[in-house]
Amino acid sequence: MTARSLKDKEQRKAWAFVVPALVWTLAFFVTPFLFMVAMSLWTQQGGMIVQSWTLANYLAFFEKSALFKGLVNSLEITAIVTVLSVLLAYPLAWIIAERVPRRFQRLALTLAVLPFWTSYVVRSYSWLLVLSKTGVINQTLMQIGLIGQPLELASNRTATVIGFVHFFVMLLTLTIYANLVQLSPNYRRAAADLGANGLQTFWHVILPLTLPGIMTGAFLTFVLCIGDYVTPQILGGNNELVLPQIIMLQLGRRADFPMAAALSIILMLVITAAYIACARWLKIERA
Amino acid sequence: MTAPVSIINATKTFVGFTALDNVCLDIAAGEFIVLLGPSGCGKTTLLSILGGFLSPTSGRVMIGGKDMTHVAPAKRPTTTMFQDYALFPHMRLKDNVGFGLRMRGVARAARDERAKALLDLVGLKESAEKKPHELSGGQRQRVALARALAVDPDVLLLDEPLGALDLQLRRQMQDELKAIQKRVGTTFVHVTHDQEEAMAIADRIAVMNRGRVEDFGPPAEIYMRPRSLFSAGFLGETNFLPGVVEALDAATAKVVTAIGDLVLPRRNFTAAEPDPGQQVTLCIRPEHFRRAGEAVRPLTPLGQARIADAAFFGTHYRCHLKPAAAGDPAGDLTIMAHMPPSAMVADGQDIVLAVNAEDVVALPTPAGRA
Amino acid sequence: MTRKLLAALASWLYAALLFGFIFLPVVVLVLFSFQDGRLPVPPFNGFSLRWYEAVFADGKLMAALLHSFLVATVSSLVACLFGFLAAYALARYRLPGSALQRGLLIAPMTVSYLIIALGLLTVLNALGVGLSLWTVGIGHVVINLPLCFALIYSSMGAHHVNIERAARDLGAGEVKVMLLVTAPMLLPSLLAAFFLSVTFSWDEFIIAFLLSRFDVTLPVEIWSLLRSGLNPKTNAIGSLVFLVSVSVLMVLELWLFRRTRKS
Repeated sequence: MTARSLKDKEQRKAWAFVVPALVWTLAFFVTPFLFMVAMSLWTQQGGMIVQSWTLANYLAFFEKSALFKGLVNSLEITAIVTVLSVLLAYPLAWIIAERVPRRFQRLALTLAVLPFWTSYVVRSYSWLLVLSKTGVINQTLMQIGLIGQPLELASNRTATVIGFVHFFVMLLTLTIYANLVQLSPNYRRAAADLGANGLQTFWHVILPLTLPGIMTGAFLTFVLCIGDYVTPQILGGNNELVLPQIIMLQLGRRADFPMAAALSIILMLVITAAYIACARWLKIERA
Repeated sequence: MTAPVSIINATKTFVGFTALDNVCLDIAAGEFIVLLGPSGCGKTTLLSILGGFLSPTSGRVMIGGKDMTHVAPAKRPTTTMFQDYALFPHMRLKDNVGFGLRMRGVARAARDERAKALLDLVGLKESAEKKPHELSGGQRQRVALARALAVDPDVLLLDEPLGALDLQLRRQMQDELKAIQKRVGTTFVHVTHDQEEAMAIADRIAVMNRGRVEDFGPPAEIYMRPRSLFSAGFLGETNFLPGVVEALDAATAKVVTAIGDLVLPRRNFTAAEPDPGQQVTLCIRPEHFRRAGEAVRPLTPLGQARIADAAFFGTHYRCHLKPAAAGDPAGDLTIMAHMPPSAMVADGQDIVLAVNAEDVVALPTPAGRA
Repeated sequence: MTRKLLAALASWLYAALLFGFIFLPVVVLVLFSFQDGRLPVPPFNGFSLRWYEAVFADGKLMAALLHSFLVATVSSLVACLFGFLAAYALARYRLPGSALQRGLLIAPMTVSYLIIALGLLTVLNALGVGLSLWTVGIGHVVINLPLCFALIYSSMGAHHVNIERAARDLGAGEVKVMLLVTAPMLLPSLLAAFFLSVTFSWDEFIIAFLLSRFDVTLPVEIWSLLRSGLNPKTNAIGSLVFLVSVSVLMVLELWLFRRTRKS
């Protein structure tokens, strides 16, 4: 056997290993996606899909304020959720990494993410139990006489944000903690040795070193939050629909696949833009 | 079992880099060969080509008289002992050692027996049920050896097998390795950059540099009569003394140097016959310097020198000397010499140096280094 | 000294508050699953298991439970197998365009589930393929394959290369190297990839919702329960899933933890 044919045989073997995954991805991810792009350039008229190329759906998105408002709502909610979650999770991760004794850290972390293990749909429902007019908070406040009438806590943007923040605080605590414990304690010793106080050490050394972890977590938050249908649908009410809700509306009530496809493409473009914006902090390719 | 190995004009080029440059090497069956050289000299590439993990760009590899150049590793009568041992972390020692036999379809009972015998050979019979992570570095090394020998290879290839061990353990393991090789009789090809290790275990050493074999022979010959400047410098310490061949006769050649003239036997020109007027470099081992009148054999005096500093090494004093000879125009020639521990050596002392011309090797000075 | 004490106090207070926030809905959920009454909100009328009985008596919920289990297990097995094979090929061989292939394989990770589901739905509709648990499974492999691939690929360290070489040198063929050496060595990350996939598939809603029809998975069934508003039965099934997940997690944790510590 020559070196050449030996190499060819090796190559064929390697291809055989990689082909199932590639074919699956191409058939069930890339093809549907391309088909969806095509679909977004068609229209639906009278329950039939008209296969002539047009940008009508995209134009409609910018013309009809109801659709465009969906994106604005999505972006606003996502931005608030991301910032709030990072701000709330960082101190918790810090406390677990710094204040909790080492052998209890694993336990503390497991507890901090325990509600992950409720079903995703159930998690939003649980907040409904807490926030609704007859829910825990209203009943408690009325019991102690702070309010006479129940407050409207659910079915609005605040409820959606609370539901999201609850989930992403757990997620971010996990990623930021992982980042914090990786840091060599010598960084802090070196900073202290050179005369930095606690705050200066945090600001000039610890924070910059954990920034990649924060950004990865924040990006994950952004992507998962802006594409989510369940939480706003359960907690958000019908006043301020977000983009995924509007997409689902196109499918359900109107069976307008082309419009749903166009809105999905727009959603994806937004996520891509976010990715490009923070690509330099992310290490997804290496993961 | 054992087999001879021939490497014929092996060349291996990677993109923009020649790792092996036309290497020829003939190894007899049952020999313990050491490929010695600094990192990047091509020794590991040569071993990979022998093992079948790399194909040479050109040239051939013959093992036991058969062309093995493009045969897959598994089909060669060779096994490799890897630098990091590459033990299977999830298998017990006896399963590690028995793995090769398992692949050859040997039944469990038979391969367990063979695995035990080999573990016994390397002194780990008691640990057959353990897993690799329970072992020390030296023990892992032995398991790797047992595993490689279990399939009874004709040629065993060892890629810096002692490199990860600390110095003391390394010296102990090299003795064991040599003893085991003698018992099994397999041809061993062993890669290292440690010249002491090479001298301790090798039947013959191939000194490699920049993809070439610079010297090949028994340790004593390579040390005493190196055939290249690199070889002379890599194996032990050497003084390089520039000189010019002035006169020749049938048996000797006279070389003129800054610190005196030496008449050398012609056979001490190990790389090439001397030519009159030729620039040569004399290689003089530090222990070959004597103080004038010290030895029984006739000595060639090399003039006076002053001891710049001296350090005591137990077996000898290691001294840096400044020759006083006026013939050294630059005045920056320093000689390193070993003095016997009985000598009264002090900094600043003046002594008269001498050397036995038989011990001096002369090699052509490469262009640009004169 | 007092400043230090104050800082410690503040951080413990903060941690307590945040833990309270994190646990509040779960505590309420579990507590009112035992409600002896028709509404899972205060006041708590007394302890009762009737809603759990209702859950076990609900044939649709039980069927959904089984469906979820099947879809999660099968799709995770497929994702792990394909992910492992691809990771092995891309980590150990030099294939043309390997960076592109890696990028393609992890690309679905960066796309919302909603979009993946919608894409599959439009294609399945256009091809006239009926929706079933199979189509849900296909979608779940799409979302879990990148995860499995990335996890397994990143654990295929360079130090494993020599070990596989040694196996080959001793006569093992490609399949034997993979089965006897590579896979056992990577067992921790293979298991991690598998269980993570199971978790994701088990809990996934939107793909299961859009790509299923008559047979549905548990999250979809719970979703339809939600139409009846606040209902202690939803609490009961939610608590059940939570408690079972946590117990499984603990068992796995103990088992895997012991394993990884041993080897």
